[in-house]
Amino acid sequence: SSNEHKLNFKKSKDACLSYIQDALLQKQWKRAAEFLTCFVESLEKDYSREHIGPSEMIWRIGTEILWHHSQSSMKEFSCFMEQMKTLGVKRYLKVCLEHVFHLLCNGQIDEAYQNLSLAESWRFGEQTAIQDKEMKLIQAYRGLLDYYSWAKQKNILFENSEDGFSDLAVEQEMHGYFRKAAVNLKEIIKIPGVWDIFVKCYVDLLEFYGDHNEARQVLNEYAYNSKFPANPNAHVYLYQFLKRQGESKKSLISALKILHDIVPSHELMIDFNTMLQKSKKRKKRRLGLEVIFAALDYAGWKENAKAWSCLARQVKQIVISEKHLDWIKQEWNSRKDWWPAFHFSRYLAKRNWQENKSLSYGKALVAGILLGKGCKYFKYVSHQGCKAQLKRFRMLKKFVNRHNPVYLRISG
Amino acid sequence: RDFNERCAQCSEVNWGLTDGGRFYCRSCHNVTERTREVVNTDFITHSRVQTISKGSRKQEKNDGGSEWYVCEGFQLVLKKQVEALEALGVCPQMKDEILCNFWRCYLQKSKQAYCKRPAGEAVKALSVCESSTDVDSDPERPSLLHLLSLSESEGDLQTDCSFASSVSKVSESTSVYSGSVDGSLYLMKNQKENLRMTMPMTLSFCYMALLWVREPITLSELLRFVVEGHIPYLNVFQHFPEKMKLCGLDLKIFCVESWPVYEEVFNKMHELAAFLDLPRFPDITESCFLHPDMLCMKYLMEANLPDEMHNWTCRVVKKIGIGEVDFLTLMPGNKSTRKVKYDVLAAAIIVVVLKLLFLLDDHYECFSVISFISSQTKVYIFYSGGPYFEFKKWYEVVKHSLDVKQKKLDEERAKYLWRCEKPLFYSVKNKSKALKRRQMVVNLQNQFGKLSGSVQRAEKPNPSSFQLSWSEENTDGSCFHGHSLKGILQEKRGLLTPMNPDYWLCTVKLCNERLCGHLAHYREVEFPQSYHFVLGLFSFLLRVQPSYIHDEVCMIEHKLFNKKLYKKLKYNTVLRK
Repeated sequence: SSNEHKLNFKKSKDACLSYIQDALLQKQWKRAAEFLTCFVESLEKDYSREHIGPSEMIWRIGTEILWHHSQSSMKEFSCFMEQMKTLGVKRYLKVCLEHVFHLLCNGQIDEAYQNLSLAESWRFGEQTAIQDKEMKLIQAYRGLLDYYSWAKQKNILFENSEDGFSDLAVEQEMHGYFRKAAVNLKEIIKIPGVWDIFVKCYVDLLEFYGDHNEARQVLNEYAYNSKFPANPNAHVYLYQFLKRQGESKKSLISALKILHDIVPSHELMIDFNTMLQKSKKRKKRRLGLEVIFAALDYAGWKENAKAWSCLARQVKQIVISEKHLDWIKQEWNSRKDWWPAFHFSRYLAKRNWQENKSLSYGKALVAGILLGKGCKYFKYVSHQGCKAQLKRFRMLKKFVNRHNPVYLRISG
Repeated sequence: RDFNERCAQCSEVNWGLTDGGRFYCRSCHNVTERTREVVNTDFITHSRVQTISKGSRKQEKNDGGSEWYVCEGFQLVLKKQVEALEALGVCPQMKDEILCNFWRCYLQKSKQAYCKRPAGEAVKALSVCESSTDVDSDPERPSLLHLLSLSESEGDLQTDCSFASSVSKVSESTSVYSGSVDGSLYLMKNQKENLRMTMPMTLSFCYMALLWVREPITLSELLRFVVEGHIPYLNVFQHFPEKMKLCGLDLKIFCVESWPVYEEVFNKMHELAAFLDLPRFPDITESCFLHPDMLCMKYLMEANLPDEMHNWTCRVVKKIGIGEVDFLTLMPGNKSTRKVKYDVLAAAIIVVVLKLLFLLDDHYECFSVISFISSQTKVYIFYSGGPYFEFKKWYEVVKHSLDVKQKKLDEERAKYLWRCEKPLFYSVKNKSKALKRRQMVVNLQNQFGKLSGSVQRAEKPNPSSFQLSWSEENTDGSCFHGHSLKGILQEKRGLLTPMNPDYWLCTVKLCNERLCGHLAHYREVEFPQSYHFVLGLFSFLLRVQPSYIHDEVCMIEHKLFNKKLYKKLKYNTVLRK
């Protein structure tokens, strides 16, 4: 019926919203503001049946516009946020938190801290209990800022101590911040989630005050508690801590195992492979080979000379010992169809030779073993190397030629 | 009114009217033979006009307001609207004589005033006894009917008035709460007996009055002026006097949040004319603006089509008899005659003529010999008089302008401001919240308005009759008025006929309008793009749906090809003319 085409309030506002959306996506802040001005009267209408109400939309859109618009000041922004806080009590803490984030981005640490303290003291009947999660976050961020103050005090202390003066007041303040920070940071990391920055800061505090046990426990929980989402950084932090503590290779290796599983292309894989290669245990050495091959599957590692030298070293060692050639065969099996084009093309040979001799050396060695002396990569690089009269390339050529049968056994 | 001739004696243009309805010159008192057509206004025959006896009308309520009835509100609305029309140049007669009388007649017929027992009484007893629930869910509550029957038999105004004071004390949970006395009753009334007044209906009143006086404003233009803000509609209630407090159910009656559509206003107007038992409206003759010949001329100009096409529209009009006085003039209550939509009809005639001349099947109009030659040489083919009209070139020029205008219109639609300064609230409890919200809205509008840059809210453009204009002085050749149709016409037996021998019907069989409300059902994908474009052009100009115009086109085609259809119903839809 013709009534479907009637232009009414809701349709008009829906259209307005789509114009705002277009303007935002194209970063046309003035235009977005123009349409938002027309949209705000939706606040006077009842939208209780909609999934997202106009007050939330106005908050989010207005924040974007005010943040990016050239003529908007931080003062205006804060004023707007205060208005938004009054608009929806169910969102109060969320709005506070986002306001704080913006203040932090703008470098207004003190204002951010004030807002956090204010928000912390907010009470509103049953809403306080409902918004418990947001409250915890607010406390955590306040803890973070306390940590930041602690770090500042610590620096002052150490600067002064160089002069030989010990400032008691500063020290007391520093400890005060520590206590405040520790309480809140400890709370938040109990809840399953991704809390990288909180964990780092908390561990830093614990280490400074010598509570290594607590630090270790925290990091273990963070990395291994299955309730927490899989987080590569958790393992990295644990590994770094253990390294700082001078732990054994065994525990360092076990810390990196899961990291390899979830992020085979992580930069620590080089360290991992290095440790594994040197291990006396056969299984570990086997794993090492797997690790380095897996890392080099990724495009970001193509030109990593260190990685190639790790692989080259291990391959060379296996070939010389003539033991465990089947390891290489296993790894090569799934890669022989695409690694040649991916890593060992003639074009790459030329480019690698031009840009990085060490890289081309490592790659050439691997290529020569895996693809035989006839492979174009090896041929080109070794030829260039010999032409340039570089000793190691001559050695390389000899080595590959000598061990060419290996290639035949691998590829068979 | 529009008598601008110079006086024969003194050459002044300063005319007045004698009692006999003749024009006389005010400067030299020369009386002419020219008479003004007397507009007949005595259609309220033999009615006993009695003023409503309100008894003791309580002037002061708790909040400084006084009692008011819904119909008073509507009267104010109509007054504002007709004053706006006057400002647009409509004759002052319309307000003082025509609309006023229509309104009085309506009040009388719907028993809201000027009769023995106004229906508004019943609500006073109602307000106290009702308790909660949604008004819309069940309009026919037994208790209400019971109360109505009671008051009709006993109607003691004095005792009823004692309940009036309790209206304002009714708790907020009851939905019958309203600032007006009879707001709740208004919404609950059985519509079949009485034609209940609504905001869209105010426009029906206006249109009816305009039609009676035969003003050169079509319904589509009227509605466009409303949307453009030249005629008050949205938020008219903010002009109500202070003592008329608006709240609760009044909002449902007076606060609209949608623009009325043509169909709605049009149908209501006819209903109204019948309800009021109006006689035959003044004749629509060939010299009237609303006659298809005149309107076609206007739309041809606006659509940038050649003036020569007017001959063809006149021919079609004559052939199917839609230029006859009896066809065009409104006879209220006559169900056998088709109600005429003057503007849509004129647009549809032009569409039919375009189909006759150009076929509009996405092929013929594009690939005529003329187009082919000119596309090769990139010039207009001239004959001694001027360029030949080419559909494709016309399409490109018009489409470009149309797209620009359409885009602008779409943006304007997204930027409508529906609310006004006067805050609306359903009950006193909501009042402070509503005021706070309003304040916040104003703050935000200021804040973001400043950030909108140099784009200010543009001043309301002056109302204009033409939305698209094309000037012959443009050297870029974008005006097609003077183009000739010779390229597509041929001479046969002394008559000019189109070279195109074919015609395709929009539909072979018309639907039954009474059953489904339409003559045909338009779906864009089933028709050629050219046809869709042409419909779209007029759809934009008249602000109606393309299907609406399509219906008229079907109607005209069936009249035009009546005989052939009767014979050849079995065959495919392409006919030889």
